[in-house]
Amino acid sequence: MTIEKISQLINGNISGCTTNRDEYKVCFASDLMSDVLRIDTDNLILLTGLSNMQSIRTAEMADITCIILARNKKAAPEMVELAAENNITIIESAYSMFHIAGILFQNNIKPLF
Amino acid sequence: MKLEFAISGGDFSRAGIASSEVKKMLKKINVEPKIIKRVVVALYEAEVNVCAHAYKGNIFVEIDGTKIKIDIIDKGPGIENIDEAMKEGYSTASDAVREMGFGAGMGLSNMKKNADEMSLESKVDEGTKVTIINYLK
Ligand SMILES: Nc1ncnc2c1ncn2[C@@H]1O[C@H](COP(=O)(O)OP(=O)(O)OP(=O)(O)O)[C@@H](O)[C@H]1O
Ligand SMILES: [Mg+2]
Repeated sequence: MTIEKISQLINGNISGCTTNRDEYKVCFASDLMSDVLRIDTDNLILLTGLSNMQSIRTAEMADITCIILARNKKAAPEMVELAAENNITIIESAYSMFHIAGILFQNNIKPLF
Repeated sequence: MKLEFAISGGDFSRAGIASSEVKKMLKKINVEPKIIKRVVVALYEAEVNVCAHAYKGNIFVEIDGTKIKIDIIDKGPGIENIDEAMKEGYSTASDAVREMGFGAGMGLSNMKKNADEMSLESKVDEGTKVTIINYLK
Protein backbone atom coordinates (compact mmCIF):
# COMPACT_ATOMS: atom_id res chain seq x y z
CA MET A 1 0.00 0.00 0.00
CA THR A 2 1.32 3.47 -0.84
CA ILE A 3 1.46 6.42 1.56
CA GLU A 4 -1.27 8.15 -0.44
CA LYS A 5 -3.62 5.18 -0.07
CA ILE A 6 -2.88 4.85 3.65
CA SER A 7 -3.47 8.54 4.20
CA GLN A 8 -6.72 8.47 2.28
CA LEU A 9 -8.03 5.52 4.35
CA ILE A 10 -7.37 7.22 7.69
CA ASN A 11 -8.20 10.75 6.58
CA GLY A 12 -4.59 11.68 7.16
CA ASN A 13 -2.19 14.47 6.44
CA ILE A 14 1.20 13.66 4.87
CA SER A 15 4.41 15.49 5.83
CA GLY A 16 8.15 14.83 6.04
CA CYS A 17 9.11 12.83 2.97
CA THR A 18 6.19 13.31 0.57
CA THR A 19 7.77 11.57 -2.42
CA ASN A 20 7.92 8.11 -0.83
CA ARG A 21 7.00 5.40 -3.38
CA ASP A 22 7.41 2.38 -1.08
CA GLU A 23 4.75 -0.33 -0.79
CA TYR A 24 3.78 -1.21 2.78
CA LYS A 25 2.34 -4.56 3.82
CA VAL A 26 2.95 -4.76 7.58
CA CYS A 27 2.18 -2.50 10.55
CA PHE A 28 3.33 -2.43 14.16
CA ALA A 29 1.63 -0.26 16.79
CA SER A 30 3.42 0.86 19.96
CA ASP A 31 4.15 3.86 22.14
CA LEU A 32 7.33 2.29 23.55
CA MET A 33 10.24 2.78 21.23
CA SER A 34 12.43 -0.08 22.45
CA ASP A 35 9.62 -2.41 21.43
CA VAL A 36 9.89 -0.93 17.96
CA LEU A 37 13.68 -1.17 17.92
CA ARG A 38 13.45 -4.96 18.35
CA ILE A 39 11.81 -5.35 15.00
CA ASP A 40 13.66 -6.40 11.92
CA THR A 41 11.14 -6.19 9.08
CA ASP A 42 11.43 -4.14 5.92
CA ASN A 43 8.74 -1.71 4.76
CA LEU A 44 6.99 -1.58 8.09
CA ILE A 45 4.46 1.08 9.07
CA LEU A 46 4.94 2.38 12.62
CA LEU A 47 1.63 3.38 14.20
CA THR A 48 2.12 5.39 17.38
CA GLY A 49 0.66 7.98 19.71
CA LEU A 50 4.15 9.18 20.57
CA SER A 51 4.75 12.45 18.80
CA ASN A 52 8.23 13.66 19.69
CA MET A 53 11.77 13.62 18.34
CA GLN A 54 12.29 10.11 19.66
CA SER A 55 9.64 8.55 17.44
CA ILE A 56 11.43 10.02 14.41
CA ARG A 57 14.89 9.07 15.74
CA THR A 58 13.64 5.53 16.34
CA ALA A 59 12.42 5.31 12.76
CA GLU A 60 15.76 6.68 11.56
CA MET A 61 17.75 4.04 13.44
CA ALA A 62 15.40 1.16 12.59
CA ASP A 63 15.15 2.07 8.88
CA ILE A 64 11.42 2.67 9.17
CA THR A 65 10.14 5.01 6.46
CA CYS A 66 6.46 5.52 7.38
CA ILE A 67 5.10 6.72 10.73
CA ILE A 68 1.42 7.25 11.48
CA LEU A 69 0.71 9.65 14.36
CA ALA A 70 -2.66 8.80 15.89
CA ARG A 71 -5.09 10.78 18.05
CA ASN A 72 -4.53 14.09 16.34
CA LYS A 73 -0.92 14.36 17.51
CA LYS A 74 0.77 16.94 15.33
CA ALA A 75 4.37 16.64 14.22
CA ALA A 76 6.43 19.64 15.39
CA PRO A 77 8.47 21.45 12.69
CA GLU A 78 11.76 19.95 13.89
CA MET A 79 10.22 16.47 13.65
CA VAL A 80 9.09 17.12 10.09
CA GLU A 81 12.54 18.43 9.21
CA LEU A 82 14.33 15.42 10.70
CA ALA A 83 11.91 13.07 8.97
CA ALA A 84 12.40 14.73 5.59
CA GLU A 85 16.18 14.58 6.00
CA ASN A 86 15.94 10.83 6.54
CA ASN A 87 13.33 10.02 3.89
CA ILE A 88 10.68 9.28 6.51
CA THR A 89 7.01 9.97 5.78
CA ILE A 90 4.77 11.19 8.61
CA ILE A 91 1.01 10.70 8.35
CA GLU A 92 -1.04 12.52 10.98
CA SER A 93 -4.55 11.26 11.65
CA ALA A 94 -7.26 12.35 14.07
CA TYR A 95 -8.41 8.72 14.53
CA SER A 96 -7.39 6.67 17.57
CA MET A 97 -4.76 3.91 17.39
CA PHE A 98 -7.52 1.29 17.56
CA HIS A 99 -9.49 2.92 14.79
CA ILE A 100 -6.47 3.23 12.49
CA ALA A 101 -5.34 -0.31 13.24
CA GLY A 102 -8.84 -1.58 12.42
CA ILE A 103 -8.95 0.23 9.11
CA LEU A 104 -5.49 -0.93 8.05
CA PHE A 105 -6.25 -4.52 9.09
CA GLN A 106 -9.48 -4.50 7.09
CA ASN A 107 -7.50 -3.34 4.11
CA ASN A 108 -5.15 -6.28 4.31
CA ILE A 109 -2.20 -4.71 6.10
CA LYS A 110 -0.73 -7.56 8.13
CA PRO A 111 0.30 -7.70 11.80
CA LEU A 112 3.85 -8.71 12.69
CA PHE A 113 3.01 -11.24 15.42
CA MET B 1 38.78 7.11 12.65
CA LYS B 2 37.61 8.46 16.00
CA LEU B 3 34.49 10.34 17.06
CA GLU B 4 33.43 11.70 20.44
CA PHE B 5 30.09 12.94 21.74
CA ALA B 6 28.76 14.29 25.03
CA ILE B 7 25.30 13.35 26.35
CA SER B 8 23.42 15.16 29.08
CA GLY B 9 21.03 13.23 31.29
CA GLY B 10 17.39 14.17 30.95
CA ASP B 11 17.84 15.96 27.62
CA PHE B 12 15.71 13.76 25.41
CA SER B 13 15.47 16.22 22.55
CA ARG B 14 19.13 15.61 21.74
CA ALA B 15 19.16 11.85 22.34
CA GLY B 16 20.05 10.17 19.07
CA ILE B 17 22.34 12.83 17.66
CA ALA B 18 25.43 10.68 18.19
CA SER B 19 23.73 7.62 16.67
CA SER B 20 22.69 9.72 13.72
CA GLU B 21 26.24 10.95 13.12
CA VAL B 22 27.61 7.43 13.36
CA LYS B 23 24.99 6.25 10.90
CA LYS B 24 26.05 8.92 8.39
CA MET B 25 29.70 8.02 8.86
CA LEU B 26 29.13 4.29 8.31
CA LYS B 27 27.06 5.03 5.21
CA LYS B 28 29.85 7.18 3.86
CA ILE B 29 32.33 4.34 4.14
CA ASN B 30 29.86 1.98 2.45
CA VAL B 31 29.10 -0.40 5.30
CA GLU B 32 26.23 -2.78 4.54
CA PRO B 33 22.83 -1.33 5.65
CA LYS B 34 21.99 -4.39 7.79
CA ILE B 35 25.21 -3.94 9.77
CA ILE B 36 24.65 -0.19 10.08
CA LYS B 37 21.22 -0.82 11.52
CA ARG B 38 22.60 -3.20 14.15
CA VAL B 39 25.25 -0.69 15.22
CA VAL B 40 22.97 2.32 15.44
CA VAL B 41 20.11 0.52 17.18
CA ALA B 42 22.52 -0.66 19.88
CA LEU B 43 24.12 2.78 20.18
CA TYR B 44 20.79 4.59 20.23
CA GLU B 45 19.54 2.39 23.08
CA ALA B 46 22.73 3.17 24.99
CA GLU B 47 22.40 6.87 24.30
CA VAL B 48 18.80 6.90 25.51
CA ASN B 49 19.76 4.96 28.64
CA VAL B 50 22.22 7.70 29.62
CA CYS B 51 19.48 10.30 29.05
CA ALA B 52 16.90 8.28 30.95
CA HIS B 53 18.90 6.84 33.82
CA ALA B 54 22.17 8.76 34.31
CA TYR B 55 23.34 12.36 34.80
CA LYS B 56 25.75 12.78 31.94
CA GLY B 57 27.96 10.75 29.71
CA ASN B 58 30.39 10.50 26.83
CA ILE B 59 30.52 8.34 23.75
CA PHE B 60 33.82 7.28 22.18
CA VAL B 61 33.68 5.73 18.74
CA GLU B 62 36.59 4.02 17.03
CA ILE B 63 36.33 2.69 13.51
CA ASP B 64 39.07 0.72 11.80
CA GLY B 65 38.94 -1.34 8.63
CA THR B 66 37.33 -4.35 10.24
CA LYS B 67 35.27 -3.20 13.20
CA ILE B 68 33.56 -0.42 15.09
CA LYS B 69 34.05 -0.19 18.84
CA ILE B 70 31.88 2.17 20.89
CA ASP B 71 32.25 2.99 24.59
CA ILE B 72 29.36 4.74 26.31
CA ILE B 73 30.51 5.95 29.71
CA ASP B 74 28.26 7.75 32.14
CA LYS B 75 28.21 9.30 35.57
CA GLY B 76 25.05 8.20 37.27
CA PRO B 77 23.40 5.91 39.79
CA GLY B 78 24.92 2.79 38.24
CA ILE B 79 23.21 -0.59 38.05
CA GLU B 80 23.02 -2.72 41.17
CA ASN B 81 22.06 -6.02 39.61
CA ILE B 82 23.22 -6.29 36.02
CA ASP B 83 21.70 -9.74 35.42
CA GLU B 84 18.31 -8.43 36.42
CA ALA B 85 18.69 -5.23 34.37
CA MET B 86 19.50 -7.31 31.28
CA LYS B 87 16.20 -9.20 31.54
CA GLU B 88 13.56 -8.30 28.98
CA GLY B 89 10.86 -6.21 30.62
CA TYR B 90 12.89 -5.11 33.65
CA SER B 91 12.74 -1.33 33.96
CA THR B 92 13.01 1.32 36.63
CA ALA B 93 12.14 4.09 34.16
CA SER B 94 10.23 7.04 35.64
CA ASP B 95 6.87 8.23 34.33
CA ALA B 96 8.67 11.13 32.67
CA VAL B 97 10.87 8.68 30.75
CA ARG B 98 7.84 6.59 29.79
CA GLU B 99 6.16 9.68 28.40
CA MET B 100 9.17 10.12 26.14
CA GLY B 101 8.53 6.65 24.71
CA PHE B 102 10.98 4.58 26.75
CA GLY B 103 10.77 2.19 29.67
CA ALA B 104 9.77 -1.09 28.05
CA GLY B 105 12.80 -2.73 29.66
CA MET B 106 14.02 -3.87 26.26
CA GLY B 107 17.00 -1.57 25.71
CA LEU B 108 19.82 -3.68 27.15
CA SER B 109 18.58 -6.86 25.49
CA ASN B 110 18.24 -4.98 22.20
CA MET B 111 21.85 -3.87 22.59
CA LYS B 112 22.99 -7.39 23.28
CA LYS B 113 21.09 -8.70 20.29
CA ASN B 114 22.46 -6.10 17.90
CA ALA B 115 26.07 -5.92 19.03
CA ASP B 116 28.48 -8.66 17.99
CA GLU B 117 30.13 -8.21 21.38
CA MET B 118 28.81 -6.30 24.34
CA SER B 119 30.10 -5.69 27.83
CA LEU B 120 28.60 -3.81 30.73
CA GLU B 121 30.41 -2.60 33.83
CA SER B 122 28.76 -0.57 36.53
CA LYS B 123 29.45 0.85 39.96
CA VAL B 124 26.55 1.92 42.13
CA ASP B 125 26.56 5.71 42.74
CA GLU B 126 29.38 6.18 40.24
CA GLY B 127 28.30 5.19 36.78
CA THR B 128 28.10 2.70 33.97
CA LYS B 129 30.26 1.76 31.03
CA VAL B 130 28.85 -0.08 28.04
CA THR B 131 31.09 -1.31 25.24
CA ILE B 132 29.70 -2.54 21.94
CA ILE B 133 31.73 -3.98 19.12
CA ASN B 134 30.46 -4.78 15.64
CA TYR B 135 32.42 -6.25 12.77
CA LEU B 136 31.99 -4.36 9.56
CA LYS B 137 32.33 -7.33 7.21
N1 LIG C 1 23.27 3.85 32.05
C1 LIG C 1 22.49 3.40 33.05
N2 LIG C 1 22.61 3.91 34.31
C2 LIG C 1 21.83 3.46 35.31
N3 LIG C 1 20.92 2.49 35.17
C3 LIG C 1 20.75 1.94 33.96
C4 LIG C 1 21.51 2.36 32.84
N4 LIG C 1 21.15 1.61 31.77
C5 LIG C 1 20.19 0.79 32.20
N5 LIG C 1 19.93 0.97 33.53
C6 LIG C 1 18.98 0.20 34.37
O1 LIG C 1 18.64 -1.00 33.71
C7 LIG C 1 17.23 -1.04 33.46
C8 LIG C 1 16.97 -1.77 32.15
O2 LIG C 1 17.51 -1.00 31.06
P1 LIG C 1 16.89 -1.18 29.62
O3 LIG C 1 17.56 -0.25 28.69
O4 LIG C 1 16.88 -2.63 29.27
O5 LIG C 1 15.36 -0.76 29.82
P2 LIG C 1 14.76 0.70 30.04
O6 LIG C 1 15.77 1.73 29.69
O7 LIG C 1 14.18 0.78 31.39
O8 LIG C 1 13.57 0.70 28.99
P3 LIG C 1 13.75 0.69 27.38
O9 LIG C 1 15.20 0.64 27.08
O10 LIG C 1 13.03 -0.52 26.91
O11 LIG C 1 13.12 1.93 26.91
C9 LIG C 1 16.80 0.40 33.51
O12 LIG C 1 15.42 0.55 33.78
C10 LIG C 1 17.67 0.96 34.60
O13 LIG C 1 17.19 0.59 35.88
MG1 LIG D 1 16.78 1.63 27.87
